[in-house]
Amino acid sequence: MEYINAFIIVGLISMLGQIILDNTKLTPGHITSLFVVIGSILSFFNIYDYLINYSYIGSSIPITSFGNLLYKSCLEGYTNQGIIGLFSNMYKTTSAGISSAIIFSFIVTLFFKPKD
Amino acid sequence: MNIDEYKKIVKKYTPSPNKLKNAYLSFISGGLIGLIGTIIYNILTYYNVNNANVWVIIILIISASILTGLSIFDNLVEKFKCGIIIPITGFAHAMTSSAIDYKKDGLITGIGSNTFKLAGSVILYGTISAFILTIIKVIINV
Repeated sequence: MEYINAFIIVGLISMLGQIILDNTKLTPGHITSLFVVIGSILSFFNIYDYLINYSYIGSSIPITSFGNLLYKSCLEGYTNQGIIGLFSNMYKTTSAGISSAIIFSFIVTLFFKPKD
Repeated sequence: MNIDEYKKIVKKYTPSPNKLKNAYLSFISGGLIGLIGTIIYNILTYYNVNNANVWVIIILIISASILTGLSIFDNLVEKFKCGIIIPITGFAHAMTSSAIDYKKDGLITGIGSNTFKLAGSVILYGTISAFILTIIKVIINV
């Protein structure tokens, strides 16, 4: 069942992005930025937790989870450490994704050539 | 009949099966990535790996970077569109592809300044929205 839930949740979010892409003049860059913001807004209204309950891994794979995690760690930082926590805690949970993307994209860039 | 009317009629009768097909394809491909992620997660938890959910994200990012390097990912994007752009694989792809494209300009002005060319907006607007929403939440709760 968890496989089906993960399939449905990532599939539906991707499909939503595709529908927006096809029916507006937005580029994929707009869509991903938009979805990150949507993710943090959903998190703000405690709606993202329903998605997490529905599929723990499925909800963490789309880019919306990035916004969700940023908002949650920022708020957690404020409650634990006050105003400085807003800044120091911001990337606590997303750090793994950002740094691994930086590191591996750099390594791959060194080894591969652009296709013409 | 003038040109505008003609264009309207053409638009009315032009079939748009692509939108349906694209939506269907992105549902399937996005879903498959979710499925693969869950399979990786279950394998890792079976072997008692800590933070298995973070490992899933990292593995997806590594595979997307390598597939981009092999220029397989671009063909997949052509076919599946948002199905692989919306998942975290798209984030890794955006960074790797822009870095590779500007590799010829050198380490600093090429790779250094272009790695975040596409993916930077995700980090920027994610951070800004999270910050603003946290401020709002704090003000509401005071």
